[in-house]
Amino acid sequence: MSGTDKRNFALAAMALAMAALLPLFDTGYWLALGVSLAMYGVLATSWAMFSGPTHYISLATAAFFGTGMYIVGGGVEILPFPVLVVIAAVAGAALAVLVGLTTMRISGVYFVIFTLGLAELIRQVVTWVQTTMGSSSGLYVLTEITESMIYWQLLLLLAVVYLVGWRINRSRLGLALRVIGNDETVAAHVGINTAKAKVILFVISGTVASVTGALLAPRWTYVEPTIAFSPMISFQVVIMALLGGVHRLWGPLCGVIPFMLLWDLISAQFPNQTTLLLGVAFLLIVYLIPNGVVGLIESRLKRRSSGNG
Amino acid sequence: MKRILKTIGIGALSISATFFTLGQLQAAEVIKIGAVAPKTGPLAGGSTVSHWPNLKLWVSQVNGRGGLKLKSGRAKIELIEYDDRTNPGETIKAVQRLATQDKVDFIISPYGTGLNLAAAPIFAKYGYPQIAVTAITDKVPALTKRYPNLFFLLGNTTAFTQSVADILKKLVADGKIGNRVAMVNVADAFGIELANAARPIFKAAGLDIVYDKSYPLGTQDLSPVVKGAKAANPDAFIAWSYPPDTFGLTAQAKIVGLNVKAFYTAVATAFPVYAGKFGGAIENVLGAGGVNPDSAEMKAYRKAHKEVTGKDADYWASPVVYASLQILEQAIEAVGSKDRKAVTAHIKANSFNTVIGPVRFNNQNNDKFWTVGQWQNGVFHGVSSTGRPGAKTVKLKSGW
Repeated sequence: MSGTDKRNFALAAMALAMAALLPLFDTGYWLALGVSLAMYGVLATSWAMFSGPTHYISLATAAFFGTGMYIVGGGVEILPFPVLVVIAAVAGAALAVLVGLTTMRISGVYFVIFTLGLAELIRQVVTWVQTTMGSSSGLYVLTEITESMIYWQLLLLLAVVYLVGWRINRSRLGLALRVIGNDETVAAHVGINTAKAKVILFVISGTVASVTGALLAPRWTYVEPTIAFSPMISFQVVIMALLGGVHRLWGPLCGVIPFMLLWDLISAQFPNQTTLLLGVAFLLIVYLIPNGVVGLIESRLKRRSSGNG
Repeated sequence: MKRILKTIGIGALSISATFFTLGQLQAAEVIKIGAVAPKTGPLAGGSTVSHWPNLKLWVSQVNGRGGLKLKSGRAKIELIEYDDRTNPGETIKAVQRLATQDKVDFIISPYGTGLNLAAAPIFAKYGYPQIAVTAITDKVPALTKRYPNLFFLLGNTTAFTQSVADILKKLVADGKIGNRVAMVNVADAFGIELANAARPIFKAAGLDIVYDKSYPLGTQDLSPVVKGAKAANPDAFIAWSYPPDTFGLTAQAKIVGLNVKAFYTAVATAFPVYAGKFGGAIENVLGAGGVNPDSAEMKAYRKAHKEVTGKDADYWASPVVYASLQILEQAIEAVGSKDRKAVTAHIKANSFNTVIGPVRFNNQNNDKFWTVGQWQNGVFHGVSSTGRPGAKTVKLKSGW
């Protein structure tokens, strides 16, 4: 481990520790906002771990998220919560393997459309199961889990995601993915098992999204298909990750924080014009910071160092 | 240059100070009320018909009277609205913001079962009374026990299906129709719940379900469903449907010529646009909900709703949403302060005169509500209820 790594680790640990103190100061609005930030932070970071290097735009986040949520919704009265989270992780991974193996041969817009359809497919399967099993469509998740606990669980998950991402970046797998992202034909030609590399990353990303859904189920109290598998979740994750920048591990978080704060500000100040103003904000972002927040920060840093030198 | 800027600055400051003091003088006491519900997203279609217009009407009426009567004098309502985009995470965040940032005195219950239940822990945590209207569940006892501030107004699934069964049973007993029922449902939330509740209840009522089919939410072509029902040669057609398919099924029944003597579609049958779209053809169509349109309160309410919001109120949830606001208003005025605990206790213990008649909560649940209505002469009359007076007799449908 180099000196820079040690410094980065210390910084990340400090940031995490500070974020973890939030529930001690406020358990109201700021904590609610914190949970949303942590949720999208985890989802966007894990999304970028797969889509960043490979350039495969996946809209399957909602499919995994909803799966995790439904596992908790369906089992909360039978099994203890931690067991359900583990089952959600396994189910998410299994689903990702299945989907990954069948879809990694298609790319570009075909892959995007397939992943978008996946959430809808699973939603219909869940609905069908509920219709035939004769239970009511909504599942009640009534537990004693508080918002603070959910927040800490999400932070812990975020830390795990960062560790895994950091580890992958410096492994052979990370190198393989970067080659695939630059030119998949070349990657295959030099002997990289491209399908395997992509599936592994897709599985990691899917597992994390599934666990996130499982952790949030107690907060939503009532789980129903339209909301758990909402395509808006997938779209927002992509937008936030791209806003931040996907070629750095910490990039998506730089998108999630300003995006959520901006959206919150807009919906608080102009509840009737949210969608309109959000559209305008997107236009401005695309025009003014095309390389994402990370690009902005890095070019600033570069300019400063060259100015000094 | 500096001096000019300084002068401008001082000028601006003094002007704003003047406005500030003027504002202070004008503002009598204000009561802050928060509202969170979809303005965008899947549920926005329903909430902009049944929910938001009633808030607008109520606030304009109360402030027109000079505000709510408190012991300390009249307090005008300041309404703070948020859009939750039909997303429970947003509902939670917005309710938190209302409670801890805006520090509102009361919060209007959100819209829809899922969003109401997602917000219930926050309402309970800060002690806000939550008079839920558009939340229909069969878990009322468990939920009200868990959340002592939560009230339910609109009814429960079992009662809705039981009333339909009772109506059909009576028609069969009177020899008006046979006992063959074709039943379809949308494979989503409320549709599944109603269909599952209906099967045993229909059976117990001696009805023969000759056709039983579900279709996915968002199905565009409903003609196979209706044709299948027709082929089963039923005496009654019952659809546990949602707004888009209520319209689709009715249109198809008209085209295919499904001439049953009892035709029932669930949600949105009570919407004014339903009558607007099909005109006289829907005479004697049965649907979920209903009101007593002949009571003086209801007449006055419908007139005011049209005047203030420019739209007609629907014949089911609209007046109940308005009633929930009347209950809140009467409870606040009876207590005479913004004391949420006292207001909640008052709601639990007293009876309220509302547009839907007197309401008294029984263990935080209103058990007197309309369950089935029928279009008769262009008005959606209540024909069955759990204890509301003014029900009309059910008429038989004769073709389209």
